[in-house]
Amino acid sequence: MRIVLFILLLAITSAWAGSLAPKLDIGRGGQCVDDPKFMRKNHMKMIVHQRDDTMRLGIRGGKYSLAECVNCHASKKDDNVLGSSEHFCQGCHEYAAVKPDCFECHSSKRKAVAEAAK
Amino acid sequence: MTQKTFGQSESRYFYLLVAFGLFIAAMGFGAAHYMEEHGHVVTGMNQQVVWGMPHVFAIFMIVAASGVLNVAAIGSVFGKVAYKGRAPLAGMLSIAMLAGGLAVLMLDLGRPERVIVAATNFNPTSVFAWNLPLYSGLFFFVSLYMWTLLEQRMNHWVKPIGLAVFTWRIILTTGTGLIFAFLVARQAYASAILPPMFLVMSFTWGLAVFHVVQSAMYAWNGKVHDPAILQRMRNLLGIFVIGTLYLVAAYHLTNLYFARQTAFEHFILRDGGIFPCLFWGGYVVFGSLLPLLLIYLPSLGKPRFVVAASLLVILGSFALLYVFIIGGQVFPLSIFPGYEVSSSFGDGQIASYHPSLPEFLLGFGGLAIAFLTTIIGVRVIDSLLPHDAPDRRKDNH
Amino acid sequence: MSDEVNLNRRQFLTKASAAVAGIAIAPGMLLFDFAHGRPLGEPASSTVRWGMLIDTTQCETGCNECVSACSKENGWPEARTSTDVQWIRKVDLKQLSTGRQSSLPMMCQHCAEPPCVDVCPTNASFKRADGIVLVDKHRCIGCRYCMMACPYKARSFVHEPVLDHDSDMPRGKGTVESCTLCVHRVDKGGTPACVEACAKAGHRAILFGDLNDPNSEIYLRIRSVTTSQLRADLGLNPGISFVGL
Repeated sequence: MRIVLFILLLAITSAWAGSLAPKLDIGRGGQCVDDPKFMRKNHMKMIVHQRDDTMRLGIRGGKYSLAECVNCHASKKDDNVLGSSEHFCQGCHEYAAVKPDCFECHSSKRKAVAEAAK
Repeated sequence: MTQKTFGQSESRYFYLLVAFGLFIAAMGFGAAHYMEEHGHVVTGMNQQVVWGMPHVFAIFMIVAASGVLNVAAIGSVFGKVAYKGRAPLAGMLSIAMLAGGLAVLMLDLGRPERVIVAATNFNPTSVFAWNLPLYSGLFFFVSLYMWTLLEQRMNHWVKPIGLAVFTWRIILTTGTGLIFAFLVARQAYASAILPPMFLVMSFTWGLAVFHVVQSAMYAWNGKVHDPAILQRMRNLLGIFVIGTLYLVAAYHLTNLYFARQTAFEHFILRDGGIFPCLFWGGYVVFGSLLPLLLIYLPSLGKPRFVVAASLLVILGSFALLYVFIIGGQVFPLSIFPGYEVSSSFGDGQIASYHPSLPEFLLGFGGLAIAFLTTIIGVRVIDSLLPHDAPDRRKDNH
Repeated sequence: MSDEVNLNRRQFLTKASAAVAGIAIAPGMLLFDFAHGRPLGEPASSTVRWGMLIDTTQCETGCNECVSACSKENGWPEARTSTDVQWIRKVDLKQLSTGRQSSLPMMCQHCAEPPCVDVCPTNASFKRADGIVLVDKHRCIGCRYCMMACPYKARSFVHEPVLDHDSDMPRGKGTVESCTLCVHRVDKGGTPACVEACAKAGHRAILFGDLNDPNSEIYLRIRSVTTSQLRADLGLNPGISFVGL
């Protein structure tokens, strides 16, 4: 009896949690630089690793670029990864209750076409 | 050790003091939060004066924290019995002031939440980085020292641990002086005399703080000073004040002699408005000469004159630090000798600095942390009250 | 390995420059047109040392083109108050003995022995292999010790929250920043924004290039004319040299 109750409870809570899962605007989306499952779990490590390589050693063109994250995943509506619970970075980070530190200094907006041509 | 009971009114008094300390400390944290939220634009600091009032407070506390240990060292290392009973209080004060000073320094950072980065990325060529293990080491050694003093079974370790504390604090204050001594860029700093100057300043300021706190505790407990010991500690303060004056004079006189430094010295000593005022009036007259008068005039031997002298020394030290830290930054760097220069970035001009309220609140918050740590420590550890050993007559000088 | 690549690249550059020398209008622009930067994935190399030669006789008093260009390129607002950042500034000089007037742009001097790097407690200030001195703002705790240590006042502290971020140049409140020699452009084979702006304004007071490359224009100029470094007495060996000081 107890087990049945437990399973029932689990089913209800997970369904409830599922309904809370963020509905994300993935922007352009498409093929990510790595397996999405891997990226979901490890994107911060990858970005930090490449950040140190680029910043301190000057290695350019690595595949885990924060600017490229933003370029792909910024909302098509306002070119931003932040702004609401649907925006790619903000939505998921709100769900996971983790504060992303990146955008205090980095741009959260898709690189404007004009700026890219600079 | 006898159990001490506190009277009800005394207790109320204690909690009132704690509440007062907490209030000031809270104001300090509030100010730090305000500065972090809005950025340093809400302080008086700017691109030319990058270290301001918080650093005056912090450096005073850190230097005095090291200096107050002298009282302990004279007892434990040099075996003067009169000072032994005062060693626990000196240790407590040292920890308290170091905590207060470091709190101010940390909370003034542009990114205080990242202070852990300083521990994980250690740059061996940075004096700031050296100071991190020096500060934590002082906490460690002084705590160990207090334990050897207060735990009777540990008493036989007092001397070696006391020696370690003494050595450590000399290195620590040297490190504080080196923060400035290594700054080749600025006329006011790059000088090998700064570490010894800071060392003697620490002797003076630490002893002055000790006098004030000791007298307050005596008054609190209705005890009177032993005139012989008071006489001795008063004379010691006098010697330290003279020593500090000597090194400060040597620092300025050598600078005056170097042609490239004379413009800076004229500014600090004669033409710089608030800076010569604070130097001559604040530090030399009120912070040194007047205390010396109070100490050495034979008719003024009473405890309250020693306390007055100590308070003046402390105020004088703030004046001296203000001139040293702020005055050293407002004077323009000499990048183009032989040219008159001007720019939008203050080249060739005396920079301006007006300390703001949050900076003062942060500084006083640090003092409040030291105050709270001290009064709570004294309340909890009964034997912190300076006690004169009955066998002090054997202690010959 | 990377040295070899660099040598090949250098030979290529030399030949290419020689081939078009006849039609070159602005030699300073040549490097910009023909260099293609370091290959992706390769770290900055210590065989290169980036630097500048500033000709104060060509720099016009009152002209602010380099400053505006830097501000625009790197997304810092041009200064209004004493708390505003300035990565580059124009300094006007008047010789005390003769009254001769001149002007020059002042920025990070990219020292070989940078005091800011020595004093930084967290290694946030660092010198890249190719001589560019940078602040790793991820590590900067905002202690401002580097600002105390710099003899050129090259560094600025960000006193206010940054609201408008540039994609190429992240900036944030509570950290220290300074001229990066436009590292994001240089890595792509370009020249710093100030150099370009100065040339565009017709002054050509700033020459940018590799101080280690015997065939570079900057190397040849420094070899042929008298140049000086600021605060040479300190022995920091800045990467920026001056003509006419």
